[in-house]
Amino acid sequence: MIRYAASRLLSLVLSLVAASVVIFALVEVVPGDPAAFMLGLNASPETVAALRAELGLSGSVVSRYLGWIGGMVQGDFGTSYTYRVPVSELILQRIWVSVPLAGYALILSTVIALPIGILSAARRGRPVDYGIMGFTQLGIAVPNFWFAMLLVLLFAITLQLVPAGGFPGWEAGFWAGMTALTLPAIALALPQASILARVMRSALIETLGQDYMRTARAKGLSEGQAICRHGLRNALIPVLTIIGLQFSFLLAGAIIIENVFFLPGLGRLIFQGITQRDLIVVESVTMLLVFAVITVTFLVDIAYAAVDPRLRRR
Amino acid sequence: MRAGVQLWLGVLLTGAVMLAAAVSFIWTPYDVTQLAIAAKLQSPGPDYLLGTDHLGRDMVSMLMVGARTSIAVALVAVGIGITLGVPLGLWAAATRGSLTDEIVMRGNDVIFAFPSLVIAILITAVFGPSAINAIIAIGIFNIPVFARVARGAALSLWTREFVLAARVAGKRGARISAEHILPNIANLLIVQGTIQFSLGILAEAGLSYVGLGTQPPTPSWGRMLADAQTFFYGTPRVAVLPGLAIVLMVLGLNLMGDGLRDALDPRLRKTVQ
Repeated sequence: MIRYAASRLLSLVLSLVAASVVIFALVEVVPGDPAAFMLGLNASPETVAALRAELGLSGSVVSRYLGWIGGMVQGDFGTSYTYRVPVSELILQRIWVSVPLAGYALILSTVIALPIGILSAARRGRPVDYGIMGFTQLGIAVPNFWFAMLLVLLFAITLQLVPAGGFPGWEAGFWAGMTALTLPAIALALPQASILARVMRSALIETLGQDYMRTARAKGLSEGQAICRHGLRNALIPVLTIIGLQFSFLLAGAIIIENVFFLPGLGRLIFQGITQRDLIVVESVTMLLVFAVITVTFLVDIAYAAVDPRLRRR
Repeated sequence: MRAGVQLWLGVLLTGAVMLAAAVSFIWTPYDVTQLAIAAKLQSPGPDYLLGTDHLGRDMVSMLMVGARTSIAVALVAVGIGITLGVPLGLWAAATRGSLTDEIVMRGNDVIFAFPSLVIAILITAVFGPSAINAIIAIGIFNIPVFARVARGAALSLWTREFVLAARVAGKRGARISAEHILPNIANLLIVQGTIQFSLGILAEAGLSYVGLGTQPPTPSWGRMLADAQTFFYGTPRVAVLPGLAIVLMVLGLNLMGDGLRDALDPRLRKTVQ
């Protein structure tokens, strides 16, 4: 186990280093000098040079890269070129939209997908199963931002049940915040729920063919009892992995959905950074997202191996 | 759903969209580069079968040309994945256990762990939004997928007798990979290709929707949805139609992929994942 964890940790660190180099290199390629851009056309060369030094833009590529990484490790994500405030401050404001949104979507996806997947497996080969599988096939094919637009059309425009977009802030109360996040969370959850339901179904069908299930039925348990007591527990392991991986997927997927609903989250922060050429924001927020995704994947791998020793051998 | 039904439904859907895209090269009801503001947001009728968009362009023509763009982007991205990923995977399998294998697979792990959407957004944002950059951004993430599939399938073939026979005959790794391994893993690659194709369609739509993919005036489904953003409250049609086109294409490809996999590997038929 320790060997496995160490090898996963090594690849976690490698992934993070590679990701940071790629992100840094990409942003480095962008033409134009942010300092000159901020000060306008009439700035004197000395002022530009002073601002460059202040923003940490002077020095060699390597020293700038190390400065950026070193700063981030200590929680210093740099200073936004346009807002003139620390990027970490901007991130802290936005993270309270993106993370609850991803969490909300994950809960929705799980709550919808597991019962459907279990039902489908229990009724495999029957009309209910075909219906559910057809429906999930459709769910996977629907782009989440388009589904979001349809939801807005139905629930916000036609029925006027919820606002079409925007976020009142958590100061407006928990329910006001949750209401604003409901449509985006549903839009994000649909494709993930479809995938999860299919995983749940096939994992359960696989365990249903095992010998211990035959034993459970032979000792007089009903099919339902056998599934709940013996089948589900064994089938849940792959399902839990997928749920873990979906969190990072949802966090990344929120980038586009936030734009549909005008939610002030990390995704909008990235897009604002792109349009305003506020590259330090783009760089740092992207790195933060990549960090979150890679770390969650790593934790899921480790947790999975801890409960299932067969996986430690690769 | 029966594998056969699934496969043929998939072929039918995909074929219909591909046909519409192919026809758009020689004929569309209207010219999509011609703006007719006077005819903007027309309802469906005899003149315009599915109505017009906010610039008076015929929706049928837009959808046909849009299909062309989306398919081209996704197809080239799959091509990048296959031409770079498959040789890498075969090479890793041929030198299994060596340093090369380790480096190739570790490199793959690294790309695999990346949230592809985030990096694709960064790539298109930095190099400027364009269809070409969208292709590259999507294509890069196809490389590890194909490398992994090719390596995994090739590894088990390397233990087979016919490979041993080829080695006894004096053939080297590269030649065995090309002549004996590749034909035997082609099935799997085709199935994976269909799946990546459908993911590519979705990725292109997403990137174009946020303005980082196909640029105007070239129509693409994602672009049409982005344009519809400000008009769809009044005219839902302009947002519903391009989305339906995406769903039909992706659904068709997924059904085709599942159907093909079941048809090629009967052992999987029971679980139909």
